[in-house]
Amino acid sequence: MQETQLQRVQEAVARCRDLPGALLPMLHAIQDDLGYVPPEAVPTIAKALALSRAEVHGVISFYHHFRSAPPGRHVIQVCRAEACQSIGAERLVARLRERLGIDFHGTTADGAVSLEAVYCLGNCACAPAVMVDGALRGRVTEAVLDEIIDTAALVDEHVGVAGGAR
Amino acid sequence: MGWRLRPDGRRKEEDIMISTIRWKDLGTPARVSERMVDLEVDGIAVTVPEGTSVLRAAAEAGISIPKLCATDSLEPFGSCRLCLVEIEGRKGYPASCTTPVAEGMVVHTQTTALAKLRRGVMELYISDHPLDCLTCAANGNCELQDMAGAVGLREVRYGYDGENHLNQAKDTSNPYFTFDPSKCIVCSRCVRACEETQGTFALTIDGRGFASMVSPGQKEDFMDSECVSCGACVQACPTATLMEKSVIDQGQPEHSVITTCAYCGVGCSFRAEMKGNDVVRMIPHKDGKANRGHSCVKGRFAFGYATHPDRITTPMIRAKITDPWKAVSWEEAIGYAASEFKRIQAQHGRGAVGGITSSRCTNEETYLVQKLVRAAFGNNNVDTCARVCHSPTGYGLKTTLGESAGTQAFDSVMKADVIIIIGANPTDGHPVFASRLKRRIREGAKLIVADPRTIDLVDGPHVQASYHLKLRPGTNVALVNSLAHVIITEGLEAADFVAERCEAKDYAKWRDFISQERNSPEALEADTGVPADLVRGAARLFATGGNGAIYYGLGVTEHSQGSTMVMGIANLAMATGNIGREGVGVNPLRGQNNVQGACDMGSFPHELPGYRHVSDGVTRALFEGAWGVKLEPEPGLRIPNMLDAALDGSFRGIYIEGEDIAQSDPDTQHVTAALEAMECVVVQDLFLNETAKFAHVFLPGSSFLEKNGTFTNAERRISPVRKVTPPLAGKEDWEVTVMLAEALGYPMPYKHPSEIMDEIARLTPTFHGVSYEKLDALGSIQWPCNDEAPEGTPTMHIDAFVRGLGKFVITEYVPTEERTSRKFPLILTTGRILSQYNVGAQTRRTANSVWHDEDRLEIHPSDAETRGIREGDWVGIRSRAGETVLRAKVTERMQPGVVYTTFHFPESGANVITTDNSDWATNCPEYKVTAVQVEPVTQPSEWQRRFREFSETQADLLAKRDSVGA
Repeated sequence: MQETQLQRVQEAVARCRDLPGALLPMLHAIQDDLGYVPPEAVPTIAKALALSRAEVHGVISFYHHFRSAPPGRHVIQVCRAEACQSIGAERLVARLRERLGIDFHGTTADGAVSLEAVYCLGNCACAPAVMVDGALRGRVTEAVLDEIIDTAALVDEHVGVAGGAR
Repeated sequence: MGWRLRPDGRRKEEDIMISTIRWKDLGTPARVSERMVDLEVDGIAVTVPEGTSVLRAAAEAGISIPKLCATDSLEPFGSCRLCLVEIEGRKGYPASCTTPVAEGMVVHTQTTALAKLRRGVMELYISDHPLDCLTCAANGNCELQDMAGAVGLREVRYGYDGENHLNQAKDTSNPYFTFDPSKCIVCSRCVRACEETQGTFALTIDGRGFASMVSPGQKEDFMDSECVSCGACVQACPTATLMEKSVIDQGQPEHSVITTCAYCGVGCSFRAEMKGNDVVRMIPHKDGKANRGHSCVKGRFAFGYATHPDRITTPMIRAKITDPWKAVSWEEAIGYAASEFKRIQAQHGRGAVGGITSSRCTNEETYLVQKLVRAAFGNNNVDTCARVCHSPTGYGLKTTLGESAGTQAFDSVMKADVIIIIGANPTDGHPVFASRLKRRIREGAKLIVADPRTIDLVDGPHVQASYHLKLRPGTNVALVNSLAHVIITEGLEAADFVAERCEAKDYAKWRDFISQERNSPEALEADTGVPADLVRGAARLFATGGNGAIYYGLGVTEHSQGSTMVMGIANLAMATGNIGREGVGVNPLRGQNNVQGACDMGSFPHELPGYRHVSDGVTRALFEGAWGVKLEPEPGLRIPNMLDAALDGSFRGIYIEGEDIAQSDPDTQHVTAALEAMECVVVQDLFLNETAKFAHVFLPGSSFLEKNGTFTNAERRISPVRKVTPPLAGKEDWEVTVMLAEALGYPMPYKHPSEIMDEIARLTPTFHGVSYEKLDALGSIQWPCNDEAPEGTPTMHIDAFVRGLGKFVITEYVPTEERTSRKFPLILTTGRILSQYNVGAQTRRTANSVWHDEDRLEIHPSDAETRGIREGDWVGIRSRAGETVLRAKVTERMQPGVVYTTFHFPESGANVITTDNSDWATNCPEYKVTAVQVEPVTQPSEWQRRFREFSETQADLLAKRDSVGA
């Protein structure tokens, strides 16, 4: 963890430590800021809340949402809830696995894309739904997915991989 | 074999013991309630306290409901779904562990539906569990195996080829146990034991659902996690997942003997689980009243020293300490020692010899050594290592309350509301008590810590001190006075209690003294370094927060004003009315296993057993009658006096049992010079310790596993020590003292230690009711035990103080003469660490050294920086007494101006630096305050070089023993 990251963790900790049930808001704040919760941040979090490192780790690892490693430059979340599944979400999943060569919670070797599952994006009427870097897309087809993946790669080329995951 | 548990001869055992190895598990903890509930389980009427689980109610009726995640040391969890039952009038199949009993409830534990359900659950468990029962370490003692049998599992329809956890890697990083996740059923018993029983929270469940796995720390090895190796998780594990390496190596034990731990003053009760004469493992005894089924890394695992190759098992003699040792028979060694003592007394007078006993010896051994000195040597030159730890406790509490002992049982902490810890580090020094303390704090009790260092209790998982009074070493009395000042001047004292229970005249004088402005926190802030508002806040909390309990350790006693501070604590407790009931009290945490007992047994030069002064003619007449000798009415020499007398030539022979003064006593160079000056040094010990390197006669000692006797812990609890294996050298320690007494011409015709206890009971009012038969029946007894209290006394001073009225004593703060200066600008204070014990003679000879293999000097970053010291650097520590070299540990636990080290390793020479300053009343050394300078160095100190040379020479002289041996 870099010095600046540690400082940002400490800021998030200071901001959240007095909230009731402070651990989850604190983890969210850190992940929103850094894109993940660095394992090196856990002792700081634990100390601030009078918890053990193990307890904090248990919470982080329980929720799939929390990451312990930096995500790819782009995050694709596929909805696997009932409405989307009924209308072909699993085909999208298969396509993504094939194109990216990774499974859920994985990141491509070049660090470009991370793949996540979500369970309902609240977009059932326009299923199947996918969220790309925080932007919601409805009625997604395999072709659309291809385009998304290709664009992502293209953007990186132009921008010189500076893009964030948020 | 001696004093072994006899299942048929004991009242309670039938109820709780399945065999001496398997103990009945009632499933969930006992509940306390005045309301009793009647219910029916499988047609049997049961009455249990309200709040009891159906599972436990059934177990108490002798009905075993299958279970895996439940155990009676942990709160119910309801995850395994094996303990399902049917309850008439209720829907479904509730888990009996999480279902409390209700009046009139009718429970069925065995029905066709339940059988099917349980079998289904077991089938799922076993579909992801290795089928290697025959070669598994838990074979013969596995709850999973038992449950498979109980539910009648016959097939696993799912097969074994699906996704599973069977290829998980074992974690063997802990030296004492392995963690094999492939055998884990994720019942969370280990996680809960770490939280509820130990209070460390080192374990968690990583992931969720099928991916759930037990994880130490952040999914790391046990050794890298927060684990303190207390063994609670191993104890709780129902399978072979967490398993002692000794059981993996040796197999399941076949019998067990209940005995008492030989480490700290908590005095935990253990079952020594045996195979023949070999101890396979030590299991904390569920019914042990000091530990309630818990243990620490020392008592649970560090017993290997008892069979370490360094043990010396043949008596040895030599004329000079530069001669090689000669192995001889017991008769020759004892004969030689006796003839030397007699010669010295003939030439230099009766007072030219003496003896030292140890707080590590049993009561019976200590009693015999002081009896030998008084009756066979004919003088009172007997002392004990309690001199250098808790002698001020004896003096201070006797003066104020009337009895030289703590006032409570350990159970009392569970009723305390505000707890003050002064000069003690329980998570390291008294870990099993610390676990109960932490449990009470999690229940809501408030904590005040007064300590120069930020100890773990100040700021740990689920433990936060409301106040940390981070005082400067040596200013205890100033602090306790300022606390009392606040309570008195703000009108927070318990006036009714004081009026009824304490001496009015002394109280008025004390009140006048303590109210003076010079005792206010503001006036003393400059001395103590503690901000006045913190002192005020802490005092208010203690006086008004409900039951106030004070626990203290050697950080209180080992000062020039140690006795004053003990009395200051007693004043504080009396002024707030916190004496004489559960949840309160003055509680000295004793360092070693039998500090209390060693003091009780009359091992001080001025006191006969039961704290009766040798000048008291009535007491003397009692012992003279029983022992058939004339006793000296004048007190004998204390340890420091013996050493001084040795250097001036008037003291020339000493019998030392179980103590290592050359390492543990202050100003090492003074101690060793005195030992060198003596003509006959007799050491009785397990190992050739530092003192034995100066000895002329070595008598092999027996470990606590090799003898019968009793230890008395910090709560006055007398607990049995039972011989589980024959003494390696053929004799129990008490037998050796008997032989020596007889060779000196004084017969001691004891056949068993129980006869020694009978004599102690006969001659000591507080022990009148104690006997081995009663200890067998009750398990342990807290003295006083006599006609008024036939089963002992958990809480003292209930209606009146032992001395009648409580006595307030004026405690004027007098700064120590040991002051910092330009030459010695830092204060060194000393202490200990969890994994090591005292001089380390035992723990250094176990795998505990993987946690702590050298003593380090802890120093604050700012002090380190100004001296150019980095983490791990070698630093020289110089005081007025001497110099030594250690590696530095830079930590913010310290305050600027204060450095700290432990004294577990002889080559560290921590006591080369400590001075001969001592408590004004009792000569307890001022270990906690030494002015020092600290500088980076490149080589060991001069003393360390000499120490190494001398140790090598002595090792050679020991090795030559074989060539000249008998």
